[in-house]
Amino acid sequence: MSAGKGNENSSGLNNRRSTVNRLSADNVTLAYDQRVIAEQLSVEIPDNSFTVIVGPNACGKSTLLRALSRMLKPSQGRVLLDGQVIQSMPAKKVARTLGLLPQSSIAPDGITVADLVGRGRYPHQGILRQWSTEDERVVQESMEQTGVAELADRYVDELSGGQRQRVWIAMALAQQTPLLLLDEPTTYLDIQHQIDVLDLCAQLHEEQGRTLVAVLHDLNHAARYATHLIALRGGAVIAEGAPNDIVTAELVEDVFGLRCQVIDDPETGTPLVVPAARKAREQVRKERGDQGGRAEKVAATEAS
Amino acid sequence: MRTALKKEATSEENDDDVRGAARSAVKPVRANRAVRAPGGLSVRLDVRALTVVVLLLLAALAASVVLIGTGDFPISAGDVLRTLVGDGNAGQEFIVNELRLPRVLVGLLVGAALGLGGALFQALSRNPLGSPDILGLGQGATAGALMMIVLFSGDAGQVTVGALVGGLATGLAIYLLAWKRGVHGYRLVLVGIGMSAIMMAVNGYLLTKADLVDAARAVVWMTGSLSGRDWAQVWPLLGLCAVLVPLVLANARGLRMMEMGDDVSYALGVRVERVRLLLMLSAVLLTAAATAAAGPVSFVALTAPQLARRLTRSPGPNLLPSLCMGAALLVSADWISQRVFGADQLPVGVVTGVLGGVYLLWLLVTERKAGRI
Repeated sequence: MSAGKGNENSSGLNNRRSTVNRLSADNVTLAYDQRVIAEQLSVEIPDNSFTVIVGPNACGKSTLLRALSRMLKPSQGRVLLDGQVIQSMPAKKVARTLGLLPQSSIAPDGITVADLVGRGRYPHQGILRQWSTEDERVVQESMEQTGVAELADRYVDELSGGQRQRVWIAMALAQQTPLLLLDEPTTYLDIQHQIDVLDLCAQLHEEQGRTLVAVLHDLNHAARYATHLIALRGGAVIAEGAPNDIVTAELVEDVFGLRCQVIDDPETGTPLVVPAARKAREQVRKERGDQGGRAEKVAATEAS
Repeated sequence: MRTALKKEATSEENDDDVRGAARSAVKPVRANRAVRAPGGLSVRLDVRALTVVVLLLLAALAASVVLIGTGDFPISAGDVLRTLVGDGNAGQEFIVNELRLPRVLVGLLVGAALGLGGALFQALSRNPLGSPDILGLGQGATAGALMMIVLFSGDAGQVTVGALVGGLATGLAIYLLAWKRGVHGYRLVLVGIGMSAIMMAVNGYLLTKADLVDAARAVVWMTGSLSGRDWAQVWPLLGLCAVLVPLVLANARGLRMMEMGDDVSYALGVRVERVRLLLMLSAVLLTAAATAAAGPVSFVALTAPQLARRLTRSPGPNLLPSLCMGAALLVSADWISQRVFGADQLPVGVVTGVLGGVYLLWLLVTERKAGRI
């Protein structure tokens, strides 16, 4: 893939920037304890892109995102942020450059929206600089951008799921990082709120030039909103590039093991994946002697 | 404005809405004041929390003065204050400065240490049940003390050391057993409960092995008492608090972020494992030292943070309010134990046990009514 070029250039030069992009994973092996999720994985996040990582369940999408945000230390290889190994950088410095909205976050009991968003200012604060006028301005701005300003005095635990997700995004925005990573930001939301959140992401990307990296489940959402798509399977990059260039029926079958047609989205002209009808898929399965599909599934389960 | 928001809330089909709307109706507007100096300095003050701290401190001090005046030889509050500033007569001076002041100071320090330790544990485990009483730290300290009393017939100093070592060893064991890529709330509570059961069994065994004199001594120690405490107990406890309290408060902002889960706080630049280890160690030290000084005074560590939280109505660990609440609670309980039951003085641990137990039941009942458990 395109990351391969970067590796050749940087091999042997440990502390030099591997590429021009701010965030990259360089030949990383990712594992939880002894369970290896991905080996020798290299990924570049193009600057100023809205990168979306897609792939079947347990392909290592979230694990890759955790590694890119230094939640998970690669057992081999390194993640580079602005040319430095991310683990070796001061924690607060990283937190001023790279924000993460994780899947699981807990709103403390009895916290108001404004207070929660204000906590995003932590990396910019110190014991003697706890709440500057700048903090106040950024918090107000972040709440306005995400449309939760009028909820400022409400308790977070009395909001709906969609509102709550916006509040968490506002908190990540208040961190004011040029890079923002989102782990499945649309999960558990209904379709209207999913589109809402994705629109917000697209707006942040287009209007403020932030680099966004999101893990998404819905391939059609990914194809519509991403400027750069990374397709993972079994911990390896199968394809990456602009959705229009890489999303084909072959790729979807290769990555997800699903027969489908790819047509043009009538609204946006981006690729739209339409799964083949059940009967058509069954027929093909019979013709193939029911081997390809099952083998794929077994491989995916083992990777989990 | 409020009604408009409420209408929006009901349209959002949220289970919590009724409760939430009812709560926001009585909610005072939070008064967070930022104090800023020209040089870029800015400090954020929660006015309500600050008021609570000041009032609790005053309450603790007032209770202390009353407590010093209480006993077989009563002294009026005015005389107590006069004696404390060095203006009393010789007899009063001896009673106040040598007999009663150290006892009250130990009470204040033990209460403060338990309140702070409890608040830390509850915040780290994100669970009100994750307090040292339930995690078995008190039981561990008791086991250490009982070993000294029963197996070695140790003197008071050795019993104190035994309790301290027992508490620290238990805390360390809980941390190591609960550690798996970070310590998480439920695992900590469950491991703690298991540890507590083991320690209780050890204590039971030690008591059956003891002869009558040792057993009586052990039982008195186990209820938690402040009687007969002198300056020898005050100084080490004061020294420990002087080091640990500032250390803990300096890390309070990181702890506040950790309430939102490890991932979020990590993303915000908190060095989660480091802060947690440091705070956990401080909490274990505070609790073990308090237990070593006064015996396992029950329920203060559990109730003080919860009461403080209800007074400040502030999210976050409420460390300083819990500390003041612990001190005020313990001194008041000691006064009750001396005063209300007249000549038969009760160990303070009995009073805190009764009050704390009732409070725990009330808490469980209201939580159940609110549908949270």
